[in-house]
Amino acid sequence: MKHEQAKKYGMVIDLDKCTGCGACMVACMAENNVPFKEDETNKLDSITWMRVYQLTNGKPFPDTDICYLPRPCMHCEGDHGHSPCVSVCPATATDYSMDTGIVSQIYTRCFGCRYCMAACPYHARYFNWWDPVWPNGMEKYLNPNVSPRMRGVVEKCSFCYHRYQLAKDRAFMEGRRELEEEEYQTACTQACPAGAIVFGDLNNKTHRVHQIVQPDPAHAGRPKNPKAFRLLERLGTNPKVYYLSSREWVRRSGDHYLPHEGPGGGH
Amino acid sequence: MDDALFPKGVKRCPLPEFLMKLGPVVALLIWGVVAMLMCWIKGLNQTNMNDAYGFAAWIWADLTVIALGGGAFFTGFLRYLIGKEKLKNIINFAVLIGFICYSSALLILAIDIGQPLRGWFIFWHANVHSMLTEVAFCLTCYFGVLTIEYLPLVLENRQIDRVPFFHNLTHHMHEVMPLFAATGAFLSFFHQGSLGGVAGVLFGRPFAFREGLFIWPWTFFLFTWSAAAYGPCFTIMLAKITEKVTGKRLIKDDVYDLLAKIAGWMMATYIVAKIIDTWYWATVTAPARGMTFMQFYSNNPLYGIWILILEIVIGGVIPAAILLTRKGRNTPFALMTAVVLGVIGVCVNRWVMVLQTLAVPVLPFEGWPMYYPSWQEVATTLLPVAYGIILVAFSYRYLPVFPQEAELNPIVSEPAAPPAPAPDTDAEPADAELSPAQA
Repeated sequence: MKHEQAKKYGMVIDLDKCTGCGACMVACMAENNVPFKEDETNKLDSITWMRVYQLTNGKPFPDTDICYLPRPCMHCEGDHGHSPCVSVCPATATDYSMDTGIVSQIYTRCFGCRYCMAACPYHARYFNWWDPVWPNGMEKYLNPNVSPRMRGVVEKCSFCYHRYQLAKDRAFMEGRRELEEEEYQTACTQACPAGAIVFGDLNNKTHRVHQIVQPDPAHAGRPKNPKAFRLLERLGTNPKVYYLSSREWVRRSGDHYLPHEGPGGGH
Repeated sequence: MDDALFPKGVKRCPLPEFLMKLGPVVALLIWGVVAMLMCWIKGLNQTNMNDAYGFAAWIWADLTVIALGGGAFFTGFLRYLIGKEKLKNIINFAVLIGFICYSSALLILAIDIGQPLRGWFIFWHANVHSMLTEVAFCLTCYFGVLTIEYLPLVLENRQIDRVPFFHNLTHHMHEVMPLFAATGAFLSFFHQGSLGGVAGVLFGRPFAFREGLFIWPWTFFLFTWSAAAYGPCFTIMLAKITEKVTGKRLIKDDVYDLLAKIAGWMMATYIVAKIIDTWYWATVTAPARGMTFMQFYSNNPLYGIWILILEIVIGGVIPAAILLTRKGRNTPFALMTAVVLGVIGVCVNRWVMVLQTLAVPVLPFEGWPMYYPSWQEVATTLLPVAYGIILVAFSYRYLPVFPQEAELNPIVSEPAAPPAPAPDTDAEPADAELSPAQA
């Protein structure tokens, strides 16, 4: 069998296509056994691995424009795997995989110091303030491939890593090491009715995500596609989730710019 | 009732009065313990922390007590390694305050983590890249050093000291104390610095992030420096409060003067470094990330530019200016004002490095989340204060914390005694000059 090449799984989300329906959020919660509260009005302590933000251009009618921005974990690579959260975790409970580019979270090792949450500028990490409680009978519908998390630990989007493991197992049984693009897809990607989310290996030129984004390895994966951008590019977090938009104001909403920095400046 | 336990040559109030005065403090302690148990049993949902404020009042309290407890390592460093002999008269108290601060910090950390039973994972699965790992190791080791430094004081209790073994042990421990002081200074340099590094390495948080030297951001050095500057201020402040509460002079003015002078110089140099750091951050570091200085201090109900002025000018420049002048140090009101302002300054610094860091919105489409602590957080934060008061009270009552106390407060005979009082064996004739009335 041919030696496996290092993957760099990533995602591109077309914000021009996203309708803000929230199917990705629902699919994510169902797939990953994400617990919820009886009253979900306080979003500051509810868990949403995938969260859809509503952005506005701030202009009055009739120039008002809005955009929905789904935000999973960015699986930042940082500088050589030193993503903001991985480098700070004191107990090595979160790790950057050089094989897949996925930032993992080891729930049974996390002791709940929440330093990773302080480090993450995307608010992609969530703390289990309560023990998970499922409505009567719902526990029968939990995903057996994903362990529920206990109170007092941090959790976050895993790019549905269990699906990667299942796909790898299946490929191994079939005598393969490499996965086909469609063999490993995240739940949110498959659930999006508008087809706004594309997931795959950023290192693989045959994958759509690579073709759309055209990541520039010489500049820490920055997109060559002029319509593509990453959130908070200037911080150096080097995320693997990209966004697409034909609208200038949307692209500029992804980062901070000084007053004198015109459109396209600052990077 | 318990006179036999008192240090030699000093007077203490009757035991019932002592216990009665501690009553409210014990009530505060019980309140804190109840809140602590609630957090352990029911979980951190008892707090007002949330996913935007993963760190909050407790981590601020942690960083603050460690900075304020810095008086122990720095006074020890000055006394044993630099040879400032005069400071032997305040070192016991500095060590006691350090012991209280560090034990409090460890307790708060034990409450703060989501899975307290897994706290040992920080040692077992240690991530060498994490500043928090360095904090945990150094802090635990230094607490051990502080315990060793505090132990001889406990063994010097009049009754314990009568046991030859303990007497000799104390003697030998005093002999090797410079070694522990050096160890303490070394460990403190790293854990104080690492606490600064905790915020400084957060390159995803432009308010806290700083460049630095090798792996250490500038906050690493600023935190160590500020602990050495402000820790002694806290020691002086508490010593003065203890004098007020006991109605006695416990430490001679020249001791205060020396420590305050050194703290003043440390504070002055620190505040210059802090101003340079702030200037560089505001003009280079933050703009490189597309953020303007005023973005960190506007569009929110709490964090205005006033907090920076409070920290640097009112809590730094002014107390440093007071402590650098002889007149300022020798005027009781000015000295007290300076040390109180200094303590406020370092408290504000730790607050902004923890709370404002998290409050500043980093995603451009997010707002400022605000936070106020729940009563459980308040009670558990006050718990160490109550515990500290009780430990200071008991230590003062039964241990020779202040070596100059007997000299400064000679015991005079009771009015009912015969006209010609018997000579006091503990007080030397020259001590009369130093009676509180004349001082």
